[in-house]
Amino acid sequence: MGQYDALFSRGKKRLSELKKLNAVKSTPLMQRLESQGISRREFMTWSAQVTAMLSLPLSFSPLVAEAAEVADRVPLIWLHMAECTGCSESLIRCDTPSIDSVLFDHISVEYHETLMAAAGWQAEENLEHALEAYKGGYVLAVEGAIPTADNGHYLTVGCKGHTGTEIIHHAAEGAAAIVSVGTCAAFGGVQAAAPNPTEAKGVDQVVHKPVVNLGGCPPSEKNIVGTLMYFVMFGKLPPMDMYGRPKWAYGARVHDNCERRGRFDAGEFVEKFGDKGAKEGYCLYKVGCKGPYTYNNCPTERFNHHTSWPVLAGHGCIGCSEPNFWDAMADFEKPLGRRDIHSLDKTADFIGTAILGLSVVGLGAHAVAGVFAKDVEDK
Amino acid sequence: MSKRVVVDPITRIEGHLRVEVEVDENNVITKAWSGSTLWRGIETILKGRSPMDAGLLVQRICGVCTYSHYRCSIEAVEDALDLKIPENAKLLRSLMQSSLYMHDHVVHFYHLHALDWVDIVSALSADPAKAAQVAMKYSATPIAAGEGELRAVQERVQGLVNTGKLGPFANAYWGNGTYKFSPEQNLIAVSHYLKALEVQRKAAEMLAIFGGKQPHPQSLVVGGVSCVRDMLSPARLQEWKQKHAEVNDFINRAYLPDVLMAAEAYKEEPSVLGGVGVKNFMAAEDFYLGNGEYLFQPGVIMNGDLSDVQDVDLTLIEEDVTHSWYQDGAARHPYDGVTEPNYTGLIERDTVYGKLPTFDNDGKYSWVKSPRYAGEPVEVGPLSSLLVAYARGNKQVVGAVNGLLEATGLPVEALFTTLGRTASRLVQTMLVAENSLKTFDALVSNILVDESTYIEPVIDPNKEYKGVGVIEAPRGLLSHWIRIKGGKIENYQAVVPTTWNSGPVDANGKVGPFEQSLVGMKLEDPTKPLEIIRVIHSFDPCMACAVHVMDYKGQDLGQFQVAPNAC
Repeated sequence: MGQYDALFSRGKKRLSELKKLNAVKSTPLMQRLESQGISRREFMTWSAQVTAMLSLPLSFSPLVAEAAEVADRVPLIWLHMAECTGCSESLIRCDTPSIDSVLFDHISVEYHETLMAAAGWQAEENLEHALEAYKGGYVLAVEGAIPTADNGHYLTVGCKGHTGTEIIHHAAEGAAAIVSVGTCAAFGGVQAAAPNPTEAKGVDQVVHKPVVNLGGCPPSEKNIVGTLMYFVMFGKLPPMDMYGRPKWAYGARVHDNCERRGRFDAGEFVEKFGDKGAKEGYCLYKVGCKGPYTYNNCPTERFNHHTSWPVLAGHGCIGCSEPNFWDAMADFEKPLGRRDIHSLDKTADFIGTAILGLSVVGLGAHAVAGVFAKDVEDK
Repeated sequence: MSKRVVVDPITRIEGHLRVEVEVDENNVITKAWSGSTLWRGIETILKGRSPMDAGLLVQRICGVCTYSHYRCSIEAVEDALDLKIPENAKLLRSLMQSSLYMHDHVVHFYHLHALDWVDIVSALSADPAKAAQVAMKYSATPIAAGEGELRAVQERVQGLVNTGKLGPFANAYWGNGTYKFSPEQNLIAVSHYLKALEVQRKAAEMLAIFGGKQPHPQSLVVGGVSCVRDMLSPARLQEWKQKHAEVNDFINRAYLPDVLMAAEAYKEEPSVLGGVGVKNFMAAEDFYLGNGEYLFQPGVIMNGDLSDVQDVDLTLIEEDVTHSWYQDGAARHPYDGVTEPNYTGLIERDTVYGKLPTFDNDGKYSWVKSPRYAGEPVEVGPLSSLLVAYARGNKQVVGAVNGLLEATGLPVEALFTTLGRTASRLVQTMLVAENSLKTFDALVSNILVDESTYIEPVIDPNKEYKGVGVIEAPRGLLSHWIRIKGGKIENYQAVVPTTWNSGPVDANGKVGPFEQSLVGMKLEDPTKPLEIIRVIHSFDPCMACAVHVMDYKGQDLGQFQVAPNAC
């Protein structure tokens, strides 16, 4: 528990610093929640869920609750680059009974083009004001890749006609933390797939500052909000893997927690969509599932208030939280075969054998995952 | 002396849109230009990939109407391969389609469009008791509009204002004279704005039940659907039906009353009485109900002549690039589209905010192309879909449209306005919600005799194929066009609703729906152009959808062909 003790006291310290700042909201959180028909008990349940989601011991739950109460002191600036707005759509699906009210009241959304009331010149004024007024203290969330070809002119935003690259450099300067929301901001995404005609890049390839990469097309609402919560609680970026993804969300292989894992180990596979195996819930590896090559918490957290995830809906994982997946993992409805996706990832070598149904292979995969995790410990 | 007004970014839309207008000395708009400022090159990226992957990839054109592109692409491939999918798959796709509409239109009305009609600051001076009475005028059983609830909402907004830090509501055009709701009406609408945040989440879950997730669902495949276990689960089916009931309840007890309230308050507001300048409308057949029956019919109406609905002739569609940031060339049919980016930049001039870079409107000024039908610009969207079905004598549509006109006391002409466009979206949502229960029942009956959901596609690498998918997306008629050669995608194009609506002027000087809709409108204050965003939002723009480019002319595709086992 030593490491957790340190983390806990760090969180405590962080919160007491935040509390010294001027409160944005005049009424206390609980009073505001109660006016929304949310009880203390429901709020504590929510905190416990967030705690579990962040892979923290339950003893951290009060800290999460406390963090929610001061979260309004962290301004959020959310920029749209080359994107499809899917990540914003994911954000507004935030689940558990009260999360949209909590977000609405507690994170101060200073700039978000899909949600904000102001437009045009006035919207740009909001951005300039926020960058100046909260310099060094705001969280910068970016949705979408940065087109860099031909001086970046494949994207301009605002009356002044600034390019995406100019805006991102300017906004990154005073950010307390940068979160790349989704595979486009993290790794370039769909527009960076071959031949990448706009030379689209992930944010961390452009700004050279620490960035949290929330892989996923889109990332689940839980991974977005959970990451923001982490920053609010601890005032720093979460421990990350070699691709800058928070370990609490991306630390495990989709395959390892998959509800169909038992079928894989038993050698029971869907041969084609709609067949007997599909009706029985057999493993989707042979119809293209990329779960063995993909790190994310989809099987445990699912999407849309735990409603479903692609594998439950009978379609294989397409590996959307991995860098370069559009090229590296095509064809999406055919098995990848014996391939190394990551230099560290030798698990793929086991797959061919695994098809024979040897459960010992599963253990091998876990062992490799363990080594992987060790190699990229939090610095 | 004319003045230039620049609005960029147009917020509360999908994507990046810039609108510029010129106003005369009376602040009346004389000219308007709309242009997108982002290009991603999705269709270039599709070349050389497997047609089976196209749906997953083109879905990423848009995370809002995410399911529409997915389905349209899969159906284009099925058309190319001449594949007839099982009845269950058709019905499940239709249920997912209805779920998307119930989500998308609610989010559009409340979270993207409402703040153009609703003055949040004014809601602070409302009397909650009186507001609760007002709400009863538009619905016998209004949602989230009791005195206590309204008082709580008002206190919440007051709390925000007291901080002096309005977050997402800061620096908007509050107090503009074209806001027409009373303080009480504003308070009701603010309450529904908040309630809708919760309801839209449920609506998204409806699609996720059969789609795996939303946005970017993942359960369609060429040949059918993959969600056979969800289909065969009585619990899953009921889960959908339960959520449907909850969302439908909100549509009938909040969305409908709020549109009636807006129609009453805004029926004499000049800025919303125009807005339909291009009187050509086109729509696709969609919303499968089972037994070969569809909710909405396809057709084209030209020059506003509802007595003459023509069938859609897909060979008459062309895209023009004269004023788009692509190399010039003759207008082309989507199967043969050839495009090379050619960015020519912005030019500096005086505006109401001082010197700014602006559109070179004599040259090129948008990443959106200009689709034309028989050489004419056409509006697509819920208004078009309803007008086509209405003109075809669709009983349900005629009943619903006439019912709305009667309830508001507005004449038929009111349909051809910004208000009419917004009201049409409501009527479409209500009809879709109601009729999706027929689709649901058809599915339940069909499962008893047939459990199939998939037919395996076969692609002969020695054959060439071409196919088109034509569906109705939330923003209007959507078509995807594919050519397949050697088992790979040879050419791919999407002609998208917002492209139809937002495209720049064409080679013949013909102006598209966005631009035409703004001309003649008077702005109260050109530095705070609320009227412009209200009109543009009524189209529900989706710019990432609208911008798409296919083909680098003459480029060697071999250099970026995707070879799955190359790594």
